[in-house]
Amino acid sequence: MIGVDVKLRRGDFTLAAAFASKARILALHGPSGSGKTTLAHLVAGLAVPDEGHIAVNGATLVDRAQRLFVPPEKRRIGLVFQDALLFPHLDVKTNILFGRFFTPKAERRVPFEAVIETLGVAHLLRRRAGALSGGERQRVGLARALLCSPRLLAMDEPMASLDYDRRQEIMTLIERLRDEFSIPILLVSHAADEILRLADEVISLEKGRIVAKGLPSETLAAASRHIEGGRFSVVSALEAHVGAYDTRYGVTRLAHPAGEIIVAAHVANGDRQVRVLINATDVALAYHKPENTSIRTVLLGRIAAIDEDESPLAFVRLELEGGGKLVSATTRLSVAEMNLSVGAQVYALVKSVALDERELGAGA
Amino acid sequence: MTLSDIAPSLGFSPQEMTAIVLSLKVAGTATVFSLPIAVFAAYALARWRFPGHTALNALIHLPLVMPPVVTGFALLLLLGRKTPLGAFLAEYFGIVFAFRWTGAALAAAVMSFPLMIRPIRLSFESIDERLAQASRSLGANPLWTFFLVTLPLAAPGVIVGAILGFAKALGEFGATITFVSNIPGETQTIPSAIYSYTQTPDGDADALRLAAVSAAIAIGALVVSEILQKRADATRAGK
Repeated sequence: MIGVDVKLRRGDFTLAAAFASKARILALHGPSGSGKTTLAHLVAGLAVPDEGHIAVNGATLVDRAQRLFVPPEKRRIGLVFQDALLFPHLDVKTNILFGRFFTPKAERRVPFEAVIETLGVAHLLRRRAGALSGGERQRVGLARALLCSPRLLAMDEPMASLDYDRRQEIMTLIERLRDEFSIPILLVSHAADEILRLADEVISLEKGRIVAKGLPSETLAAASRHIEGGRFSVVSALEAHVGAYDTRYGVTRLAHPAGEIIVAAHVANGDRQVRVLINATDVALAYHKPENTSIRTVLLGRIAAIDEDESPLAFVRLELEGGGKLVSATTRLSVAEMNLSVGAQVYALVKSVALDERELGAGA
Repeated sequence: MTLSDIAPSLGFSPQEMTAIVLSLKVAGTATVFSLPIAVFAAYALARWRFPGHTALNALIHLPLVMPPVVTGFALLLLLGRKTPLGAFLAEYFGIVFAFRWTGAALAAAVMSFPLMIRPIRLSFESIDERLAQASRSLGANPLWTFFLVTLPLAAPGVIVGAILGFAKALGEFGATITFVSNIPGETQTIPSAIYSYTQTPDGDADALRLAAVSAAIAIGALVVSEILQKRADATRAGK
């Protein structure tokens, strides 16, 4: 779907990245200054690489060796920006139809009504772009990018300026776009939860270089040990069966072969699988099941790997009883003093669990 | 009913009326022809980095700091009837500037250009460049992007620039009188007429009347530009 091999130098910053991916949603992840936005701009044609080539869906967009450079207006890469960047002098409808106007009739394969319906922007069409809230702006921005029937949607931190609820809403919409319009998506994001939920594949960048590439659940942990504050962005995803909702305490019990998972929320519709997200920093390890502790979620597993090097931090990856992977962020000191080693059986004490709102099976 | 019909009831003599109408014609022509050039130059200065950027900027602002007489004299040296360029334009295009109202318009355009370009350039600079990138990514080539996104967003600045340029063109005196002299009916604009009245005995009352007209037009232009600026600010704030 997308093939990139580029080099770019701008002052002190050098970007050198080569990858190919067939993922439906490919995430570019990394701290600010890692080059992920530059990479998206190179794909969209807003920057020119010094060397290399870029191809999307079989169409070569840049090839420096052949002096080929397709200008951005001919690439049909739908760009979605962090702050939406709607045209402030136009109303919402004209904004949405802007790209469609320039799309050749034969290429207009994304229907207007379907986009309006999916993104729920019908009631906004007559409003001025400047009068929208953050979430509304982003939905209009998505509609605008979609209606030029792009080869690829490139989203640059599309949820970074939204609050929690709006982010969940936009993530659901991105999943629906992926499933209903089958357009591949390049998602630039620094937020692990977004990538874990949305991406099929992730490329981790640091200082202009690719440091890891692979499944989000495995790649993010390996890359983030080296990033300051990175341990806070390592998240594990687990699937569990919805059990009883305890009305007295407002918690829902989920069944997992490795132990009971308590979610401090009401999970509707019993008898189905849901996904929960667990921050690596919320997972402690113990050899024995503790008796007197406030922690309710205790999962049994076996140590599959220990990631550590000279940094004080270590990530312990567990293979849970009955399947499922869980990462615990700890220190090298703990690993040494507890004498943790691969293969050892441990209990994971999980302090807090967040429910992933994604519908399971809706397109995976 | 034309302007010259009602002129006597306003207390203007035919000569004064001619000067007022001529001034409007000169300033209008100067504004219409220099505005597109000012928009282009303002855009180039605001968005492009090219060799000679500083030199172009200095050249545009030169009439602002040079004595107007010198600017007029320079125009005379460049475009007078007997100069190579003047003779060329007269022979092949039939355009004569020297001692014609067209010359007055040219002098007014040159002198008002720095004033006109400033608000236009500032409004181009205040537009988020990424809006143009968004437009490009949506399929609009640079020309479409300019006319559909950048220029509409800069419109308030363009209008303010046009008004300021028009007001300045109306009041231009030094370069005009040097370049095209002070010929009633051909090159005698309001300022030249005021000057003539002040040079004649008992001309003070006439000079005062024209001065009042001149001030009224100038103040009117400033008020309009102020209102447009306020409205543009309100639009930008998202109302």
